[in-house]
Amino acid sequence: MSKEKVTRRVFVSWIFLGWTLFLACLGGLGTMLLRYLFPNVLFEPSQSFKAGYPENYAVGEVSLLWKSKHGVWIVRTAEGLYALSAVCTHLGCTPNWLSGEKKFKCPCHGSGFRFSGINFEGPAPRPLERFKILLGDDGQILVDKTKKFQQEKGEWNDPASFLAI
Amino acid sequence: MLDKLKKLLENIRQTQFVRSIFRMGGGFPRDVRQRMFVMLNNFFMHLHPVRIPKHAIKIKYTWCMGGLSFFIFLVLAVTGMLLMFYYRPTVEFAYGDVMDMNEQVPLGIMREIHRWGAHLMIITVWLHMFRVFMTGSYKPPREFNWVIGVILLLLTMLLSFTGYLLPWDQLAIWGISVGSNMAAASPFAGTEGPGASLLKIGSINFVHKGADARFVLIAGRFIGEAALVRFYVLHCVVLPFTIMIFMAVHFWRVRKDGGISKPL
Ligand code: HEM
Ligand code: FES
Repeated sequence: MSKEKVTRRVFVSWIFLGWTLFLACLGGLGTMLLRYLFPNVLFEPSQSFKAGYPENYAVGEVSLLWKSKHGVWIVRTAEGLYALSAVCTHLGCTPNWLSGEKKFKCPCHGSGFRFSGINFEGPAPRPLERFKILLGDDGQILVDKTKKFQQEKGEWNDPASFLAI
Repeated sequence: MLDKLKKLLENIRQTQFVRSIFRMGGGFPRDVRQRMFVMLNNFFMHLHPVRIPKHAIKIKYTWCMGGLSFFIFLVLAVTGMLLMFYYRPTVEFAYGDVMDMNEQVPLGIMREIHRWGAHLMIITVWLHMFRVFMTGSYKPPREFNWVIGVILLLLTMLLSFTGYLLPWDQLAIWGISVGSNMAAASPFAGTEGPGASLLKIGSINFVHKGADARFVLIAGRFIGEAALVRFYVLHCVVLPFTIMIFMAVHFWRVRKDGGISKPL
């Protein structure tokens, strides 16, 4: 076996290549590990759901039917229906509807929201969000939680945020 | 009589059994050099300084708050491992198992010790940081140990935060709801945070409710079984392991930076 002389230049380029490859692999592994932490399938209720027929909701009432499963209140006014998100806009607890006082009251830090979802007391900085609501082909109400409407952005004027009856 | 006893002890020390365990043969160190070797030759001792200056053991100076933090950590590690024998991290069992630990498992106080210890450790770590600050011990050459200290503080609080969910009671769920929503407000990585809206191409959002800091923390859109398992693994494996590594470096640095700083 002949003894080859490795020059400094060759040695340094191999070291450089080696480290580059090593760091690239490490980066790839890191990215994969990060991706691993994001599950593909969630065992959660679907983001959109059917909420029965409009006749089932009484005018002036807040329906608690879908609160625990989907985190949504369906509210019926004389003009129609809207779907309010049951997530407090302060830090995300679930408020309760107090029918006697006609307000949503959050147990965590005491934020209060009116029937419309507009905040009026406590630390919540903005009104509750509304979700897209429409009538399906079968005449049932459809709520789509992937689309939200924020009052402070003027989005409650969007026809999709309200189901006129 | 005493002579015989001494001789016996000496003989025991010379046995292969003792000599194989204690590298110095287990003899009493008789001079400075031998005392130093005891420290250098024992794995557990070597995190500790060879010599401790008189001022370093003054309670008035350190309050022993770092030492107490470490002691409480050990208590939490032991009681925590004992709790793990009875606790199942599922929505079905978690709360019941915790109630059982209070009421039916022998030594029900174990859970109390773990819970109170957790509160206590937060307090002692803050007080330790306060005394390090007030004595100016963060100054060179100890500035990097301050940085390690900040990491330890963070890890301590994360341990406290992740442990808070495990009883799966009302307090736990709302506490973690609030905490995880704060993650949603982190810059760029959270949906509600500043900068997140910049990370999009056309109408495609890269940071949304199904892929942001909050989502990765609780493995879903709201606190459920997946979040419980994630917090359990963080609380019982990932964080204790990480904090132990940083603690080892922290203690070693105290020694290497010249021991506890001197009062002025
Ligand atoms: C898990 C939490 C921690 C443990 C177990 C711990 C433990 C210790 C111990 C045993 C000492 C020896 C002196 C003493 O007892 O006061 C020490 C010193 C020190 N700690 Fe910590 N520590 C923790 C967190 C922190 C934090 C949050 C900081 C600051 C951000 C910090 C910064 C320092 C510094 C700079 C020293 C050197 C002080 C001196 O030389 O006087 N440590 N630590
Ligand atoms: S989360 Fe509702 S008031 Fe704070």
